[in-house]
Amino acid sequence: MAAAITVLLDGVASGMLLFVLSVGLSVTLGLMNVVNLAHGAFGMVGGYVCVVLLNRAGVPFLPSLAAATLAAAALGWLLERLLYVRIYGRDHLEQVLFSIGLVFVLGAVADFFMGARQQLIQLPDWLSGRVELAGIGLGRYRIFLILVCGAVAVGLHFGLVRTRFGARLRAAVDNGPVARGMGLPVGRIFSLTFALGSGLAGLGGALGVEVLGLDPNFPLKWLVYFLVVVAVGGANSVMGPFAAAILLGVLDVAGKYWVPEVGAFVIYTAMVVLLLARPDGLLARART
Amino acid sequence: MPITRRAALLSAAALPLARPALSQSGDPFKVGLIVPMTGPSASTGRQIDAAVKAWLRANPAPVAGRRIEVVLRDDTGTAPDVTRRLAQEMAVRERVRALAGFGLTPLALAAAPIATEAKLPMIVMAAGASVIPSRSPFIVRTSFTLPQATRPIATWAAANGIRTAATLVSDFAPGLDAERAFKEAFGAAGGRVSLELRSPLRNPDYAPFLQRVRDARPDALFIFVPSGEGSALIKQFNERGLREAGIRLIGTGDVLDDDLLNDMGDGVIGAVTSHHYSTAHDSPENAAFRDAFRAVAPDMRPNFMAVGGWDGMHLLAEALRRTNGDPDGTKLVDAMKGLAWTSPRGPMSIDPATRDVVQDVYIRRTERRDGQLWNIEFDRVQAVKDAA
Repeated sequence: MAAAITVLLDGVASGMLLFVLSVGLSVTLGLMNVVNLAHGAFGMVGGYVCVVLLNRAGVPFLPSLAAATLAAAALGWLLERLLYVRIYGRDHLEQVLFSIGLVFVLGAVADFFMGARQQLIQLPDWLSGRVELAGIGLGRYRIFLILVCGAVAVGLHFGLVRTRFGARLRAAVDNGPVARGMGLPVGRIFSLTFALGSGLAGLGGALGVEVLGLDPNFPLKWLVYFLVVVAVGGANSVMGPFAAAILLGVLDVAGKYWVPEVGAFVIYTAMVVLLLARPDGLLARART
Repeated sequence: MPITRRAALLSAAALPLARPALSQSGDPFKVGLIVPMTGPSASTGRQIDAAVKAWLRANPAPVAGRRIEVVLRDDTGTAPDVTRRLAQEMAVRERVRALAGFGLTPLALAAAPIATEAKLPMIVMAAGASVIPSRSPFIVRTSFTLPQATRPIATWAAANGIRTAATLVSDFAPGLDAERAFKEAFGAAGGRVSLELRSPLRNPDYAPFLQRVRDARPDALFIFVPSGEGSALIKQFNERGLREAGIRLIGTGDVLDDDLLNDMGDGVIGAVTSHHYSTAHDSPENAAFRDAFRAVAPDMRPNFMAVGGWDGMHLLAEALRRTNGDPDGTKLVDAMKGLAWTSPRGPMSIDPATRDVVQDVYIRRTERRDGQLWNIEFDRVQAVKDAA
């Protein structure tokens, strides 16, 4: 029983991390209708910023996380203004080609400056090790992941539903021309949204160095997982991908624990089943 | 490559001119070095390239009247057909007299037919599958094979109070080799493998597997994962409290790659691994190797890949000396068979029957010395061959 709870919590932690990494993709894909396969590259950039600050500049872990988020957001904003803005109206094949090309470029840049090897970080003492509660052991870092990513999920959900920016964003997406006619700065709203999604990916990349690893292949290695989350969760809400990420994280970890022989396939089987059962996304009916 | 009439004429015209020129002494002996310098296995290529450059710098004198020249090509590590094409270009266009490098098994296998056809010695400096030298009579290996590195740790474990062990390997050919070799040798020595786990190569989250091991409570956990993944695995090993649960960590030395070891943190201290080379190996040959390597690549530590490159160059030069500068491939390979020398790794030789490497394998413990992490050798098994 204790083992089951440990596995469950591990799964939730890895699902939460997956959510932070992929939520930006569901926003750009679902809200802005851009197929941005380079999404993971912003995660990679965040990861590298975190590694460089921690290992070379001696910055503590939490400020490094914040800096990674900001750096990825800034890069996202810059690339959106310079490049992505040109492909908004294009067809999806062009968007795919462009964003995959961008992955290769950013991967090569990372390789040039940091080398192809896996990057390693040392967590501060208060995040390493594990705690035992009533016989249930859980790593401190996994608890930290659950708290941080949970806060991000809640913040995003209420940000989109309750704030003026959220309302404007939904308006801009639902009907761009009318929103523009009402005086909403649609371009700027999209830029900000894109930067936000990239920044979250950067945060996820930085948080993930310890769990997922980091090398120049990061964006491609994890792309499938991001896409699975978005596909299963449905591409234009926050809670859909959140539920999908948690579910997939738990199934992934549980599959590897109980049936290690086929563990790697559990997540794909789950995707197929879920897509057959709910082709519009997990929480499709909850949406209006 | 389409063969045009002009190309055919040109190469036919070039042949009689090139032949006499090559037999003249003083002509350079060209070696085609094919390694992954980019892509996921780039560190393999960079280590070997640096070691080869270091060897050339340390041995500038001509060998049997010939200067040794190295032509470097990057095969990116992921596409066997690229390796094959590069080997062909080296043989035909660059007119190299030997091929060398080969970072991964599929790449070496792809180039093997070219070596056979062109009758060129092919020095495998990295790839580790047992099958490789059987694929061409011109292949000679200076790296290591997985069973060679794995069996000694299994025997050592059984002799040192470890009765049951779990294995955790990456689910790809070398991982399965290591799993099989460990199981055989450990079983033969009286141990029992109680749990066998394979983690997918693409998704290195080891947490669930390690949790499973913790719940099974074996005496030790044997791991084999691609070099570079080792630290993530060992970190989670510690974070999950397997060490406190009394489970010892053992594995092959590539998991604790010397090039990365220093960044792995104190969690790796105490891990026991077996391998043919440690940067910390205490010998004058290794000191000279480390100095030469540092002069070329000051911010890298030479690892087991580098020593494979260094010894590959030594082997070629020694064979060339024995043939008095005759670059004929068959004669060179014959000269290599049975050759024995003291490498930076320790004593090694080329098995005359299989053309595979025979070497001492060391049992090492990871320790912190002078503020740095090292794999300190404390036991050795002499003259280990690939097969038992």
